[in-house]
Formats: sequence, C-alpha cells, structure tokens
Amino acid sequence: MSYGLILAVLLVLTVIGFYMGRSRARAVNASGLTRLHSLPSYYGAHVAIWIALPAFVLFLFWISFQNVIIDGIVWNGLPDRVVVLGEERTKSSVSAEQKQLLINNITNYATGDITIGAISDFVRRGAAHYQRLQELSTLIMVAVMAMLIAIGLLLTYRSISPSMRARNQVERVVLLLLMVASTIALLTTVGIVLSLLFEAFQFFAKISPIDFLFGLKWSPQTAIRSDQVGASGAFGAIPVFTGTMLITIIAMIVAVPVGLFAAIYLSEYASRRVRAAIKPVLEVLAGIPTVVYGFFAALTIAPVIRDAGNAIGLTVASESALAAGLIMGIMIIPFVSSLSDDVINAVPQSLRDGSLGLGATRSETIRQVILPAALPGIVGAVLLAVSRAIGETMIVVMAAGLSAKLTVNPLDAVTTVTVQIVTNLTGDPEFDSPKTLSAFALGLMLFLVTLCLNVIALRVVQKYREKYD
Amino acid sequence: MTDASDSVMIANQKEKVRESLRKRLRSERRFRAYGVVAISFAVLMLVFLIGTIISNGYSAFSQTWLKVDVTLEKDLIAPDGRTDPKTLRENGDFRASLIESLVAKFKSRGREEERLLMAMFSTSAEQTLQEHVIRNPNEIGGTVSIWVRASSDIDQLYKGRINRDLPQTSRTVKDIQLRWYDLMAAERRIDSRFNKGFFYSGDSREPEQAGFWGAIVGSFFTMLVTLILAFPVGVATAVYLEEFAPKNRFTDLIEVNINNLAAVPSIVFGLLGLAVFLNFFELPRSAPLVGGMVLALMTLPTIIISGRAALKAVPPSVREAALGLGASRVQVVTHHVLPLAMPGILTGTIIGMAQALGETAPLLMIGMVAFIVDIPGGPTDASTVIPVQIYLWADSPERGFVEKTSGGIMVLLIFLVTMNASAVYLRKKFERRW
Repeated sequence: MSYGLILAVLLVLTVIGFYMGRSRARAVNASGLTRLHSLPSYYGAHVAIWIALPAFVLFLFWISFQNVIIDGIVWNGLPDRVVVLGEERTKSSVSAEQKQLLINNITNYATGDITIGAISDFVRRGAAHYQRLQELSTLIMVAVMAMLIAIGLLLTYRSISPSMRARNQVERVVLLLLMVASTIALLTTVGIVLSLLFEAFQFFAKISPIDFLFGLKWSPQTAIRSDQVGASGAFGAIPVFTGTMLITIIAMIVAVPVGLFAAIYLSEYASRRVRAAIKPVLEVLAGIPTVVYGFFAALTIAPVIRDAGNAIGLTVASESALAAGLIMGIMIIPFVSSLSDDVINAVPQSLRDGSLGLGATRSETIRQVILPAALPGIVGAVLLAVSRAIGETMIVVMAAGLSAKLTVNPLDAVTTVTVQIVTNLTGDPEFDSPKTLSAFALGLMLFLVTLCLNVIALRVVQKYREKYD
Repeated sequence: MTDASDSVMIANQKEKVRESLRKRLRSERRFRAYGVVAISFAVLMLVFLIGTIISNGYSAFSQTWLKVDVTLEKDLIAPDGRTDPKTLRENGDFRASLIESLVAKFKSRGREEERLLMAMFSTSAEQTLQEHVIRNPNEIGGTVSIWVRASSDIDQLYKGRINRDLPQTSRTVKDIQLRWYDLMAAERRIDSRFNKGFFYSGDSREPEQAGFWGAIVGSFFTMLVTLILAFPVGVATAVYLEEFAPKNRFTDLIEVNINNLAAVPSIVFGLLGLAVFLNFFELPRSAPLVGGMVLALMTLPTIIISGRAALKAVPPSVREAALGLGASRVQVVTHHVLPLAMPGILTGTIIGMAQALGETAPLLMIGMVAFIVDIPGGPTDASTVIPVQIYLWADSPERGFVEKTSGGIMVLLIFLVTMNASAVYLRKKFERRW
C-alpha cells in the first residue's frame, strides 16, 4: 500500500468522524433535555482530531525510523562473509562506510534503482529480506493506525454529552499544534548546527583543524587507491577563504556605493514619480534568480572583461574573480539600497529641517547630518550584504574558478567556499571520504561566519531603530 | 578706519561668500549627479541583462525543420512483409532508408561526407520517419516527403547565429554542409516552426531535442510540497507568536532564531537536507519531495515574518470587540483576525514561493542535478527543477544550449513576474487602511 493512499484514507476517515460527531451532538441537542456546552461542530472537530492526530503522528514516526531499523535487521540477516567492493570479508571487519555502501546497494536493488558493481547472491537474498520486512512493517503500521483510530473514535464519540467541554478541548489541541509549529523553525537551526557539527567532526578526525584553518594548499581531489600519486588531498582552506574574501570585496566595492547613492537619491532627492518608477526596477533586480546572474556573468561579462584586459595587455583568466564579483555586486545593489533606504527614512525629519534651516545645502545635510545619524544602520546593512555575498552560491559556481589559488589579483581565477561545497558534494557516491566531508567543514565555517555577521548586523540595526523610535 | 576701506572689506566678504556658495552649489550638483549615476548604472545593468537574455533566448521558441524525400524501400523497412506497428518498430531500418535517400539526393561521396550530411539532421529524424510510416503503412515502397528536425548546428545557421565568413576550421558547419543547406534553401525545403518540443519533452543531450517540460513538472511538484509544508507551519507559527505566545525567554529565542534563519545562506539548507533527509531518513535522492522539504524550511522565515506583519496590522479593536461579544481567544483569531490578515499572509507566501522557485543551490546538494529525460510522475520520482535545468544547460558546451538556457530563463522569469504581479495585485486589492 502506498503512503499516499494511507494518508488519503486517513483524511476520509477524519472527515467522516467529524460529521459523525457533529450529527450525534445535534441529536443530543435535539433531544431537548439539556443543551450541550459547545456548538455541535466542536464535538465533530473533537472526534476528528482524535482520529487524525494520533494516527498521523504514528505514521510520521514510523516512516521516519523504519528504514534505520529495517537496515539493521537486514544487516544482521546477512551471511557472515560478505563481498564489499570486490573483496570478500567477514562482517565484523567491514567499516561503517562500507556497511552503508552495501546496505544502499541492497535497498537500491530491492527498489529497482541503479546498483554499483556485480550483484552477488547474498545481495539478492538481502534485497528479498528487505522487501519482506518493508511490507511487514507497512502492514503493522496500518494495523496500529487502525487501532488508534478505533480507540480515538470510540472514546470521543461516546464522550459527547452536555457536560463535555468540547470547545475547550479542541482549543487546547489547536494551541498545542500552534506551539509545535513554532518550534519547527528552532528545530531547523538545531538540525543545521548538529548535522554540520557531526559531519565536520568526522572530517576533523581525519584532517587536523589546524591544517584546515591555516593550511595554504587546497586540493581535495583524493585518489581512489592509496598507492596512486596524490593519494591524500590537501585541505588547507586559506586559499578558499581568500578567494571568497576577494570576490566579496569586489562585490562590496560595486554594491555599497551604488546602493547607498541610489538610496540617498531616492529618499532625499527623487520626486514621488521617479521614486515610484525606480523602486520597482530595483525590486526586479532583487527578484532575479541567482542562476540567471551566474549565466549572465559566465556568458556575457567574463568574456567582455577578458577581451578588454587582453586588449590593454593584461592577462585575464576567463573565470576571473572580477567578473563574478562584479555581477554579485549588481545582485546585492537592491539589498543595500532598500536597507539603507529604510535606515535613512528613519532619521527624524527634525534633523533635516534643523540643518536646512541653518543654511546647509541638501548634500551638506546628507553628508554631515543624515549619514552620521544613519551610520549604525548603514553599517548593519553592509554587514548583512557581506553575509549575503559570502553565502551566495550560483554566481560563483558558474562564473568563478575551481582551482584554489592563493592570490589577491582580481584578474585571476579564484575559488570560494560555496563553490568548493558544491563541487565536492555533487555527483559523488561515496560519503565518508575527506573530500565529501570537507564540504561540511566548509559549510560549518560558512554558517558560523554568516551567523556572526547576521547577529551583529541585526543587533546594530535594532539598536539604531530604538534610538529614533 | 575709513568708509572706503570698510566698503572694500564688505565687498571682499561678499565676493568670498559668493565664491564659496558657488563651490557649495557645485558640490551639491555633483553629489546629486552621483545619485543619478548610481541609479542609471543599476537600471542599465538590468536592461543589459534582460536584453542579453531575450536576444539570446527568443529563438529557442522556434525550430528549423527540413523537408526530405525518403524512398521507403521494402527491403529495409519491412523485410518480412509485415507492416504492423510492433514489427515496424523492431525490424524497420529507418536510419538506413534515410541515409540512402539523402545520399542519393545530395550525391555525397565517401563516409566522411555521409557523416557530415547526416549531421545536418537531428537524430530524431528517423523517429519522425518511423512514426510517419507506422501511421501510413500503405506508403511503404513509395517515396514520402516529410518534415524532420534539423540538427542544432543547422538550426543555429538558419537563425543567423553562425558566421559564414569565418574560415571553415573555426565554425561548426562545414563548407559542404553550407552548400547542401543552400541547395535546400533554394528548393524551399527549410522552414521555421514554433518549438513545441520545448514545452512537452524532457531534457536531452541533443540541443534540438531538449525540452523544458520535465523541469516545469519537477518544479511544480517541488513547489507543491513546499507550499503544503511551509504555508500551514508558517501561518501557525506567526499566529502563535503574534497572538498567543507569552513574552518570555523561549519566545524571544524563537524570534531571534527566525530572523537569523532568514539570513542563513541557502546552500546551508542544502547541507541540512543532505545530512538529515537523505543520509539519516534515507529519503530518495533527486526527488521533488526532498527538494520541497528543503525549500519549505528555507521559505518558512519569509512566511512567518510577513505573516506576523499582516497580523500586527489588524487593529486591536477588532480583537477586543470579538472578545467582548464572548468569543474565545481561538475564535477571535480564526473567525476575525486571521481572515482579515489573510491577504497580507498570502502576499508574503507568494513572494516566498517565488524565491523558492528561483532557488538552485540547496537543490544541487540533494542530487537534483542528475540528467533526467523522463517527465516526473510524482513527488518521489527523480526529477530536476527549472533553475537547475537552466544551470545544467548553461554548463553544456554546445552552442545550441545557449539559446535553450536563455529561453529557459525567459520562462522562469515569466513565472516569477506572474507570481510577483499577483502578489502586488493582491496587496493593492485587499489592502485596508484601518
């Protein structure tokens, strides 16, 4: 039975339960002796909740954890000698990642997905075992769900009586659900931190953190066999960090002045009509997906920069940091301008009036009164923009280079943290190699740095708002 | 001091003031010009970007077809005389008939010329021929004249994207192919048609056969999952935080957390999806289900923040009136506050969904970059999505994919513009000033 069908049946049962409960409540009301505490539909909702909720929660837990359990059982059911990557071994000598590989192969075989290597007999038997267990598991789940539904229906249906406060009961559940929903955002953060930490620790068990943070050579491509040349990759992340910084700085050189001046012009000089015309244009710039910017950078801007550089006798890489940074800067312009616009608008009008009244010109007012007053907010906006630029992925994946070169020359090709995460994680079946894990270590760095920038920036902006509220 | 020296001093002073005023006004004008320059730069870049995309991409919607006369020899197509569709599909050598007819027509000599000749036609040509014969089996033995797709190079040539004046070695279409092309053009055998395949087929390695429909369907399923997950959870969170939550440390933590989550780089959500959904819960790779879940987590902060703003905009008097009439707090919210805030919440949701639709990076992490030809049939089938398809095409070296990429971007931008325009419309239509 497919999960979709199970959920559909559950939904139908819930609706039926609602109508049953409501009609029973109406019947009680119609009998005319005493009135019910709540409206009939609350009794219906009460029945529906107790049909749907326990069964649905069970369903979620079951499908979340059944695979882990089934995998364990299948593994235990395998014969003592297994073949991993063409070598026959005893089960106890198989490492965790090889075990995972083997189990993936078995489950892939069972579900008809692509398998790696030759299919030996024990894989076939394991797959059959897996399928049997899967069916059994679904069967048990459906049985338990049916039981829960029956109990829920019975208890709530029979409890319908004038003294039962259905509305309060329903509202309590609704509040509980709202509360649970609001913790999901928190759980997301916890999930991000834990998964990054977990994988990064595995990485740091293989590569020392000192080498990672301060090493000057980055070449994550490890050879498959240990006797090949370059068997151990180099994981010094300094070139990657400098590359990220270089591109970020170029982006900021474009975005901050342009965004800031655009915001100043729009909020201090532009007429209402100009403002109404220009603001949507900037919003469009903000709404364009980054993959489009990446394509634009790689197809149009990079060749232009290369040709221009070559024309004046400079050697420019075709994936120069300049092209990626320039386009990233353009992407961030609306971000800077809309944030600074808010900040500038929040400066009290009395400051402007005072300055203008003393005979200052508009630009003098802006430079000497408004900007100093708005400075904390603008700094916050720039910090947010920096964090945005560091985390930006598609533009650099498409327009920046892959090889990590330790340079600050904007005409060279450099790589960034996000580029390395993408290239080390896409199209790689093995999961526990340092190369793959290095992506999580980089991800952790990325997360920590952007988090710090965000916390500081949000704090600064908040402080600033309070000052003028 | 004399009057004369006084008046000289005053005149000097006046001159000084005037001079400094001129300077100040000049700097005023300069400052203002910086603003104009900044805005013009941004606007010009936007125009340049859109212009590049459109000028590269409009031709993706048309396709070049060539008319060929094919002699349907019995020996090749139906060697055993049976002409039912199944036998024709299995036994008919349509490629050979095509080659023979074309070689005879264009008088190509040798294998190399034959290869160049066949390279002018899409590999789908034999399929077109096969389908035609299956539909009209009585034409076997005679000569049919059918339209087939041109190869990507010829397509580019017809669209004027290949420079004939370049030396032969630096262009994809060779001299002899140009001669044949001109011959066909003279016989009016070349036609440009609307590229239907772009909108109903999946991806392909051949630019002229690559379609966008697989990606559109994949995006549809992904967005469906995202909406189903993010909308209820987002609205519930917003309602709880705005209407019910007590002011304490925990709710403060949730608030700070949501604001920070909104600024976490999208690729980090992809890492989360990879580590948790794929590796821990063993959900299928490349599936819209997982993509939708990741994007839902990413969109959640947007929906929550806009939802809270919309709820905050509902005046307290509405709540007090409902409470005064005896409604419970939950009833106040579900009957009054939420319906009034709904347009604002929906606007925020649409904007969040538009962001999710254009998002690429987290989906790369969960394996949605695979080359997938089939149109996905459900949220657990392997598929790709619109922006990822654009990324894949942008990475392909063939010249023909440049126009496909730009065409795909145009489709994506049309979707985004529609979504954002409907959000603006919703806001304008239902906006209430209390």
